Amino acid sequence: MANAITIDSRGLNRPFRLNMLLNDSRYRSCTIQIFVLMCLMLGIAWLVDNTVRNLALLGKDFSFSFLWSTAGYDINQRLIDYDTQMTHARAALVGLLNTVVLAVLSCVLATVIGVLAGVLRLSGNSIVARLMTVYVEVFRNIPLLLWILVFGAIMSEAVPAPNAFKGENATASMILGAAAITNRGVFIPEPLFALDLGTLNLGVFEPSLNAIAAIGVVIACLLVNRALVRHADRVQSKTGIRPVTWWKTIAVLLCPPLLLLWVLGFHLGYPELRGFNFQGGLQLRNALIAMWLGLGIYTGAFIAENVRAGILAISRGQTEAASALGLRPGKTMRLVILPQALRVIVPPLISQYLNITKNTSLGLAVGYMDLRSTLGGITINQTGRELEGMLLLMLIYLALSLIISGSMNAYNARVGLKER
Amino acid sequence: MKKSLFLVTLGAAALLSSTAMAGTLDEVKARGKLNCGVSSGTAGFSAPDAKGVWQGFDVAFCRAVAAAVLGDPMKVEFVPTTGQTRFTALASGEIDVLSRATTWTFSRDTDLKLTFAGTNFYDGQAFLVKKELGVSSAKDLNGATVCIQSGTTTELNLAEYFRINKMSYEPVPVDSSAEGERQYQAGACDVYTSDGSNLASVRASFKNPPDHVILPEIVSKEPLGPIVRQGDEQWADIVHWTQNALFAAEELGVTQANVDQLADGSDNPEINRLLGKEGDLGKMLGLDAEWARRAVAAGGNYGEIFAANLGDDTPIRLARGLNAPWTKGGLLYSQPFR
Repeated sequence: MANAITIDSRGLNRPFRLNMLLNDSRYRSCTIQIFVLMCLMLGIAWLVDNTVRNLALLGKDFSFSFLWSTAGYDINQRLIDYDTQMTHARAALVGLLNTVVLAVLSCVLATVIGVLAGVLRLSGNSIVARLMTVYVEVFRNIPLLLWILVFGAIMSEAVPAPNAFKGENATASMILGAAAITNRGVFIPEPLFALDLGTLNLGVFEPSLNAIAAIGVVIACLLVNRALVRHADRVQSKTGIRPVTWWKTIAVLLCPPLLLLWVLGFHLGYPELRGFNFQGGLQLRNALIAMWLGLGIYTGAFIAENVRAGILAISRGQTEAASALGLRPGKTMRLVILPQALRVIVPPLISQYLNITKNTSLGLAVGYMDLRSTLGGITINQTGRELEGMLLLMLIYLALSLIISGSMNAYNARVGLKER
Repeated sequence: MKKSLFLVTLGAAALLSSTAMAGTLDEVKARGKLNCGVSSGTAGFSAPDAKGVWQGFDVAFCRAVAAAVLGDPMKVEFVPTTGQTRFTALASGEIDVLSRATTWTFSRDTDLKLTFAGTNFYDGQAFLVKKELGVSSAKDLNGATVCIQSGTTTELNLAEYFRINKMSYEPVPVDSSAEGERQYQAGACDVYTSDGSNLASVRASFKNPPDHVILPEIVSKEPLGPIVRQGDEQWADIVHWTQNALFAAEELGVTQANVDQLADGSDNPEINRLLGKEGDLGKMLGLDAEWARRAVAAGGNYGEIFAANLGDDTPIRLARGLNAPWTKGGLLYSQPFR
């Protein structure tokens, strides 16, 4: 140690020489970093130059103006107004919303399946545990695309066509007279309102005020309920007696939404067989169902393993200590195991959500009109703007993924281990 | 971190680096084979046979080009493309010529920077439906579910046709003709729409073709032909004149059987010029004198190629219609070999 110090102090007095950039540990890391940075910049410059040159060779310019020309193609599943006379930008937006809807639906399904399968895999009942092992191993070891194609094939080959519901001797019938599973998609009743509050014009979107009102009321109810529970917590910690809240919670959560639905004249629109196909109701197309099931069940297998890992990470002593303190099994899970397990589960869960979002781009395989199929597929093909389209596509997926990981990281910070 | 960034850059650079696009002809000669983009499987147009050898109308055209340029019709690497990948494959230099029933349109010719080397098949968009639906006209298709290949002109024609006739429809986008056939047969769509010739080929592959009808309406003009990249005039000329050679051979009565005999000399000066006995047309193209002789010897003249792949002796049974020589009431017309 003493020796090292003497060498260092001698080195400090020496005048700077060029070979010290490589041989002296004080400068070396700096040298390497600058060298790598220069290589990186050279690489980028070469890439840009290569692109510009090749574009010039092809006689193509670099412009995003194609986004404002007429799209001309149809999109079957649209959450906002769209027809063939609208622009490519609008078509891309329709595709983006389809991507988001599919991602959200799949994340929910994957989480539900994953948590159930993960907990059941640890079950004492060996049949259930083995079944879950089979599920996890089968689904996560076969490529996702194959699962999507399998579900797509099941939906188009194995379920009846709409005309099987027709006539006297129909071979298929609707479920409870309200829903129909056909090879054109699943038709379910749609919510309709007798009283229309109109739409809110936001330029790009025109959301219905009915939907906004419904969402607003539900959020308000949840907030009131949270205040109620917090008040009960305070009373409990002050007096030791928890006031009875369950009937208040039910009243707060159910009454205002029901009242709103009654005021707006809520009723269900049932699908009905007319002409070639079912009309009315909500149509969940085959492509959506195939993607949803494929993504949800496949990713669910991974989440199941995350959940199992999270629970196994909590030592058995915790459960035993909680029982020794007199906590019932339900409370042990809710108050002791889960808060600690979430710390382990949430970070890998984030990457599974990101995987789902990016894997929605496989929708092309079954004709799901997501962002990849609209902007990245038909638009690029019709306009010949491969470079611009692909750059835009990458940028949008990047932004989407960053938003998801940002919000999930915020959640992780809440449930994470608080070190004091 | 720095290191990984560097590796990523290297990887991206390797991906993007494309060949300098000087002289497709030299490139093809140096490579020793022609890269030809075809559809991933349409009976009669391009599909591998039981032995894995590509067969079909579009395939035969590429073989003729390979025979003219390289002297061997089998020196072709067939690259299956979908409606969505074909132009990118051509623009990136992955293929030298795209022979995939692609419609010649204004915007593709100008904005997509493609050069169409001529029209070798005059087609039009039609509708295929099951007979049991009892539909006799496309005007009865209001509310129908329609399977359609994504990224094609048929997609735009379909949208336009239904819009101007004030009808609604439900599009089911499919990625390839094979997927469209599967969905149509499974009943996931009422109608399959595509170019008429493609529908005839699809119908021929069904178990019971008479159960399906092609509706009488032809809703668009679809001139199909081979395509090359814009900017290489020499290569475009070679592809264009190989096609003309096949047209002219039929018109002049040059067939696969008699081409070698006629090449030794005939009374018709145009045949002599075509087959390299007189003049030096081949040299002007950058090829040798016998290029056209080899192109015709590869699969016969246009009529023979049509008959072998799409004609009455095949399951597809397409009539010549517009695709007959101009001397027989069709539209095939080669510029003179002079």
